[in-house]
Amino acid sequence: MATIAANTAVNEPGPSQDKAATVDLQAIIRETQVGEVLDQLDRELVGLVPVKRRIREIAAYLAVTRARKALNLDASPPSLHMCFTGNPGTGKTTVALRMAEILHRLGYVRKGHVVSVTRDDLVGQYIGHTAPKTKEVLKKAMGGVLFIDEAYYLYRPENERDYGQEAIEILLQVMENNRDDLVVILAGYKNRMDTFFQSNPGMSSRIAHHIDFPDYSAEELLLIARKMVEQMHYRFNAGAETAMREYIAARLTQPNFANARSIRNALDRARLRQANRLFESPYGIDMEALMSLSEPDIRASRVFTQGSGGEAETGG
Amino acid sequence: MMTNPMQRLTQGQFSFLPDLSDAEIKQQIEYGLEKGYAWSVEYTDDPHPRNTFWEMFGMPMFDLKDAAGVMMELAACRKTFPNHYIRMMAFDSTRNVESITMSFIVNRPPSEPGFGLVRQEVQGRSLRYTVQGYSSAKPEGERY
Repeated sequence: MATIAANTAVNEPGPSQDKAATVDLQAIIRETQVGEVLDQLDRELVGLVPVKRRIREIAAYLAVTRARKALNLDASPPSLHMCFTGNPGTGKTTVALRMAEILHRLGYVRKGHVVSVTRDDLVGQYIGHTAPKTKEVLKKAMGGVLFIDEAYYLYRPENERDYGQEAIEILLQVMENNRDDLVVILAGYKNRMDTFFQSNPGMSSRIAHHIDFPDYSAEELLLIARKMVEQMHYRFNAGAETAMREYIAARLTQPNFANARSIRNALDRARLRQANRLFESPYGIDMEALMSLSEPDIRASRVFTQGSGGEAETGG
Repeated sequence: MMTNPMQRLTQGQFSFLPDLSDAEIKQQIEYGLEKGYAWSVEYTDDPHPRNTFWEMFGMPMFDLKDAAGVMMELAACRKTFPNHYIRMMAFDSTRNVESITMSFIVNRPPSEPGFGLVRQEVQGRSLRYTVQGYSSAKPEGERY
């Protein structure tokens, strides 16, 4: 909380204001319980340091905006449309969900729900289909956050009659006119989003916050694996964690690595193997056995046997 | 006695009250959304009491969370039909209800002449009655 803890009052001079007027910023933070959400974000999400810092800044900014409002220091509401870029599995969707909650607690959006869409939900099939479709989605998202995943698909330069452009125009119009009704978050891979913004400069300039999600390090991935296992009510037994560490190191060098998502898939496959192992076991099974993932469950992965050969995401 | 002393159409909710302001309309919409109703916007320039089906302005809006979306649609309808009657309808999709539960007029033409009673004499002294709007003689789109 240290970054927001500006416990002195807002003391900028206001128009015809009593300069001695104070407002308790800490009270705003307490009352909105935004600190709780930020702490939860810190606890539950591994790594992502620049992302967390940016979110803290935004939260602080909104809290200060509220404090200013309490003293009648007029300011137009800040534009909070965002763009999340990063490789697959770096937590863009998860952070978007948290963002909605933070914005809701600080009273920036009224309802705080997230409407998650992709190109299919916005762009129509034939002439005249796109506008109503896009508008319907926008209406559903009002009062909350519209999360557009893989946003670069909206624009297809190879087809000049593509309806995506129409969807973008409507989106831009609503982003501008209904700024206090909804927040739009675009997400996608870095390089493809960059080309998307190059061809849609209007979009780029209307988005105030471009947040880049870094890849996880091997150490962070292991931490993520531990958390996931815990959430699934399993646990690694003695050798399994070392095996997982080696698995991550090996998997990192292979193509199609999708960060946390790959880890989740690897764990899902390990669970399959564990189930199969228990299934074939002639002995009775206790709770401990049901809960533990052991070394062979992870070692059996094709990542180890194939070396650095190209393993598809569907592989073992 | 005058039958239409206020020179106002009185159909649906709140029609004996002064016109609702946008903030009041928004509150009503918010109330409906909380109950899980789907709002829709309808318009007509033929407000005969038996004309229950007005024209739909866009689709009914399901799965909305906030009144801003409905207000946006209403603003669009007012822009297109400034001199028509416009009403908001809330549809309750609960099983075995499945009908309109709220309906109120949010836009009126500047002058509302009302309806006249046409008496038709049939078979001796019997009478048949017809309610006819004073402005309904004109073609569609030129009535108000």
